[in-house]
Amino acid sequence: MNFPNELRYTKTHEWARRDGNVLTVGITDYAQKEISDVVFVELPKSGKEGQAGKPIAVVESVKAAFDIYAPVSGSVTQVNSALEGDPGLVNQDCYGKGWFFSIALKDASEWDKLMTKEDYEKSLKTGV
Amino acid sequence: METTLDKAQRSENMHYLPLTEEDKRKMLEEIGVSSFEDLLKGIPAALRDPELRIGEALSEFDIQNLMKTLGKKNKSAADVLSFLGGGSYEHFIPTAVGEIMRRNEFYTAYTPYQPEAAQGSLQVIFEYQSLITELTGLDVTNASHYDGSTSLAEAAVLALRQTDRTKILVSRAVHPHYRQVLKTYFHETPYKVVEFGFGEDKTFDRADFESKIADDTAGAIFQTPNFFGVLEDLEGVSDKLHTNGSLLLLTANPMSMGSLRSPGEWGADVAAGEGQPLGVPLQYGGPYLGYFSVSRALMRRIPGRLAGMTQDSQGRRAYCLTLQAREQHIRRERAASNICTNQALCALAACVYMTLLGKEGIQEVAELNMDRAAYLRRLVADVPGFEVRKDQPIFNEFVVKSKVPFKMIEEKLIEKNILPGIDLSQFYPELKNEFLVCATETKTREQLENFVKELGKC
Repeated sequence: MNFPNELRYTKTHEWARRDGNVLTVGITDYAQKEISDVVFVELPKSGKEGQAGKPIAVVESVKAAFDIYAPVSGSVTQVNSALEGDPGLVNQDCYGKGWFFSIALKDASEWDKLMTKEDYEKSLKTGV
Repeated sequence: METTLDKAQRSENMHYLPLTEEDKRKMLEEIGVSSFEDLLKGIPAALRDPELRIGEALSEFDIQNLMKTLGKKNKSAADVLSFLGGGSYEHFIPTAVGEIMRRNEFYTAYTPYQPEAAQGSLQVIFEYQSLITELTGLDVTNASHYDGSTSLAEAAVLALRQTDRTKILVSRAVHPHYRQVLKTYFHETPYKVVEFGFGEDKTFDRADFESKIADDTAGAIFQTPNFFGVLEDLEGVSDKLHTNGSLLLLTANPMSMGSLRSPGEWGADVAAGEGQPLGVPLQYGGPYLGYFSVSRALMRRIPGRLAGMTQDSQGRRAYCLTLQAREQHIRRERAASNICTNQALCALAACVYMTLLGKEGIQEVAELNMDRAAYLRRLVADVPGFEVRKDQPIFNEFVVKSKVPFKMIEEKLIEKNILPGIDLSQFYPELKNEFLVCATETKTREQLENFVKELGKC
């Protein structure tokens, strides 16, 4: 499974890419495989205030719906509307075209609390 | 040797609930209360263990006799000449509907949760959905709800979720019971149900409606034919709502869609209402059938279940539940609704009814309803002391205004075995001495004339 080095991760299987003070967020390769075929993504509205660790979006596979949690607190600056027409992008390209939304980072310390690739891989193995 | 009596004795001593006093104690301890009574603290004492005034126990023989005697007090629509409508309608139901419905493959099957279970039940649901979709003129229909009122309330929930807004507008010409259920759904929630009025002519007040559309309006609910039987002119309503980012929710008698403009043609986003006219017999308040259709854009917001048709690995036709990621049994906290069950048996009845009648049959029976009601209205218009509006388009019921109080008319006609209609003042205090009269295809010309003759004597 592929977990790019430059990204940060959460226990709930979101990834975040930092560009200045804006984070782009999606779900990890592990998550997309576990969820299986994604058929719908309910994205937050632009401008919505997200809270770290609280649900902000929902992804639906053939069988069930899963919450997506905001990795950090801040307001949503952009959403990936391409997912509305083609939710399968999450399975095809989870770190690229399958991104969910971007969020403005308010408190830089929250970024530091996110997991590195190594931490995430370890937590997948140990389940902690 | 063990005798039958011994066996009976033994089963009497056997506890079906495997709870010992020790089990109970442990469970209570675990949740941190000292007695079962503590768990009931929230319920006022007066409501607990009320005294039931049902008399002493009776033998089975006596019970049967008692029930028979009580049962004979009931009068069904078949025993009287009924002009009751207002949400539940007397229609002719082909015998085959009941015969097919009572086949035990259908009768005993619980609504299927697993895609592979009960292909026959799934096929029925699929066909029911397809037929309702055709009638409502929308894109997707679910497997059904309990009844029209819950279905409509679920439509309101959908609108609130879809728009992320807080207010639902509803016409006062929508069935009063439906509006009550709506208010119950949102009681003690941040959501508001705001009513807009109707005019002298019993159609919705356009100015009042438009003045109440605001930024927080998630959707507006209309009924056509409305509770007074009048067809609403909804021209421009969907545009008005859509421009504001709100949804149009319509409830309508599905039988009327056989010949009148469908919710889809009015630009509705959701059509939700009572499916009873489609082959479900009159039976107090139910079991009835709530239909629920939406436009494709709202497909993901549908509460309840949906059956789809597909192919198995060998290319054979197969039915399965689909789009059920938000069903309660899969993801309770993310479920679109907490009502999981659908009215599968009533949906089957509707499915068989619609199939037997066919496209033309549905249209024909709708037209028969319009003809009968229009004829009766003409007759009533000529009876001194009674007033109707002859200039309005109606489906199968209409409002009559009388000089004498409705209670008197009702009393007199019940003596003649006639149920004259529904007293409107019980729902609308301002509508004194007005009542709702319904005539479906079940009424003959002679019966209508006889009714009017008796009305004239009041």
